[in-house]
Amino acid sequence: MSTTTPVRRPDGPKRRMTPAGIAIWGGIAVLGAVCWTVLALSRGEEVSALWILFAALASYAIAYRFYARFITHRVLGADDTRATPAERLENGQDFDVTDRRVLFGHHFAAIAGAGPLVGPVLAAQMGYLPGTIWIIVGVILAGAVQDMMVLFFSMRRDGKSLGQMVRDEIGVVGGTAALVAVFAIMIIILAVLALVVVNALAESPWGVFSIGLTIPIALFMGFYLRYLRPGRVSETTAIGVALLLLAIIVGGWIDDTGLGDALTLSHETLTVCLIVYGFIASVLPVWMLLTPRDYLSTFMKVGVIVLLAFGLLLARPVLQNEDITSFALDGDGPVFSGKLFPFVFITIACGALSGFHALISSGTTPKMIAKETQVRMIGYGGMLMESFVAISALIAACVIDQGLYFAMNSPAGATGGDPGSAAEFVGTLGFSITPDALVQAAAAVQEPTLISRTGGAPTLAVGISSIFTDAFGGGLAAFWYHFAIMFEALFILTAVDAGTRVGRFMLQDTIGNFWPRFGDTSWRPAAWGASAVVVAAWGYMLWVGVTDPLGGINQLFPLFGISNQLLAAIALCLCVTLMLKHGKARWVWVPLVPLVWDLVVTMTASWQKVFSDDPAIGYFAQAGRYRDARDAGEVLAPAQDAGQMDQVITNSTTNGVLQLTFAVLVVVVVANAVVVWVKALRAGGLPTTEVPAQSSDLVAPSDFFATKEEKEAVREWEQSRLTGSPR
Amino acid sequence: MGAVAAHREPEVMPLQRAWRGLRWYVRELTGEGRWDEYVARCAAEGRRPMSRRDWERHRADQREHAPQSRCC
Repeated sequence: MSTTTPVRRPDGPKRRMTPAGIAIWGGIAVLGAVCWTVLALSRGEEVSALWILFAALASYAIAYRFYARFITHRVLGADDTRATPAERLENGQDFDVTDRRVLFGHHFAAIAGAGPLVGPVLAAQMGYLPGTIWIIVGVILAGAVQDMMVLFFSMRRDGKSLGQMVRDEIGVVGGTAALVAVFAIMIIILAVLALVVVNALAESPWGVFSIGLTIPIALFMGFYLRYLRPGRVSETTAIGVALLLLAIIVGGWIDDTGLGDALTLSHETLTVCLIVYGFIASVLPVWMLLTPRDYLSTFMKVGVIVLLAFGLLLARPVLQNEDITSFALDGDGPVFSGKLFPFVFITIACGALSGFHALISSGTTPKMIAKETQVRMIGYGGMLMESFVAISALIAACVIDQGLYFAMNSPAGATGGDPGSAAEFVGTLGFSITPDALVQAAAAVQEPTLISRTGGAPTLAVGISSIFTDAFGGGLAAFWYHFAIMFEALFILTAVDAGTRVGRFMLQDTIGNFWPRFGDTSWRPAAWGASAVVVAAWGYMLWVGVTDPLGGINQLFPLFGISNQLLAAIALCLCVTLMLKHGKARWVWVPLVPLVWDLVVTMTASWQKVFSDDPAIGYFAQAGRYRDARDAGEVLAPAQDAGQMDQVITNSTTNGVLQLTFAVLVVVVVANAVVVWVKALRAGGLPTTEVPAQSSDLVAPSDFFATKEEKEAVREWEQSRLTGSPR
Repeated sequence: MGAVAAHREPEVMPLQRAWRGLRWYVRELTGEGRWDEYVARCAAEGRRPMSRRDWERHRADQREHAPQSRCC
């Protein structure tokens, strides 16, 4: 009898698949293959967006079931008999055993933001296929792998941060470079996110009104939670959401009123407002503004994602753009310059691979995980969900009229800003839209204009609005548009606020090494000073972006994308180092393949942005071209006077220097790591800072749905605890 | 502990179970459930719990010094 019992291998549970399991997974594989085939073979036909959606879902399911499981058990060797830091160091605060499904929610809320929404929208200029392939393949082989591995390694080190791990495992040089890179990259990310908000709200009284009201609404929630009904978060959030919807509705009435005129703000005014707001928000106590707004933004996030998934299924929209556009091959697209390789990978950023996630995966999440094998559902699963958001955003951008898409996303210098000239410009790109259609499209969503509304947020809002109007009816296009803008702006503002605060703590911590008093986070002069420095840094970059005659998104988004991917390179580099140090060279390809790919992409892109002699791509070539023209006394379009010429020269030089700095910092980290790799390979492994194993008393399932055996085990364990049997 | 007993009740309707599950999830996610845990722990240890207002304030102070990044 015993010979037929499947052998349990030490590296993980090995259960033979049941016939039903084989049938289900075979079915999913066939579904995925059919969807991919349709996407690959359709040329110049009407392609339904659902093919993309189901290709993604089927691929995610298979990757999660097979690849993620393989990494968890074989590559990482997750071991549920080993106690996690949450179990060993439980203190009810940061170390806290948390239900896996709840932690999945926390982790997803922390990683999901505006990046996966905006990046795919901009990448849609290259057609739907490059974006789809990279979002799906990238997340499976790179993004989710990075998130899960960093989570695992941090968990094995009591939740150490990425910077700390790089310093401990790679070296002081690499660690210092990583620390500087993390801080600088965060500043760029905050500036670009803020730029997206400014572009979405400028000249839009409805938007300014409803987003502006989120501040008093959040303050009200904060006071309600602190003084009236302490701790009743669900109740407060429900009130907040109701007020938020009311704010969107009322916003529609203020057009053509005195209030509407007063709230029609220019880009520059809005930038100043945002910088002042950013500073105030980051020095206020968190309970007043940040925490309540975080509840609102999390609710909106989940709500919109669920609505969008249902909306897509109901509306079944048809893709309006080509599979691969000529911009992908020629590199002359108006939204951002450069060819498909490397720029599509840079632009999509967060939906496929996001270095920023490594900061979350090595922050609070590893301190709350109950069982080691749960890294699969939380790290890998959370990132798959983020990728799904990116796919939905890509679809939303691909189902709107392409003439409108390019009129919205080309910089004002190119479209000229009025319907006639914009229609003409779109015509030169090979698309057609009448000036009248542009005016009508803006009127349908009650915006003064949609021309050159760059940044991705307005385009996504138009896409979401058209999908929801088709799916749910009711002629509420304008409401849905502003609903979508609200949803994006809300969590960008939360990210800016939280990011400023994190930056402030990093700065205080670093300076605290030399001047201990400055490191005291309760000392007001230090807190205010550090906040001011962080806000001034991103505020300056934001101002540069807003006033850039060449278009801020066009100029800054590549910098944002490349820095995010460079951060991912640092994280993957750490994973490779740890695999080698742990003597697992056999499996090192799991993080090494994405690392090599990411380095090839980011270094090519950095090289082009720094050294390309094409002024549309290379920052220094661009500065040089404008400098030559200025010295010759000329004014080059789109600059309109000598002042703007100077501005282009300064901005492009700044961007070029930043770009170069980031790339050099990453090269330093990688070079330092390679030295460690060679040593580790020669020695067959090296000691690491991994905390020694201690046995675990805790029983908890490892996946979203507990198996029968797991439920039984949990029940027995709970019984034994109730009866007080020895631990 | 009460939750364990509830799971065993055979007569719970599927809809009711789903509602309870959702309610549990929302309370856990928002952190409201932590208060119940605290009260239960105090009861088990025979301590008198502090008022909810003070307890929530204590938690807000902790949050103040442990900023969590929100990603892009």
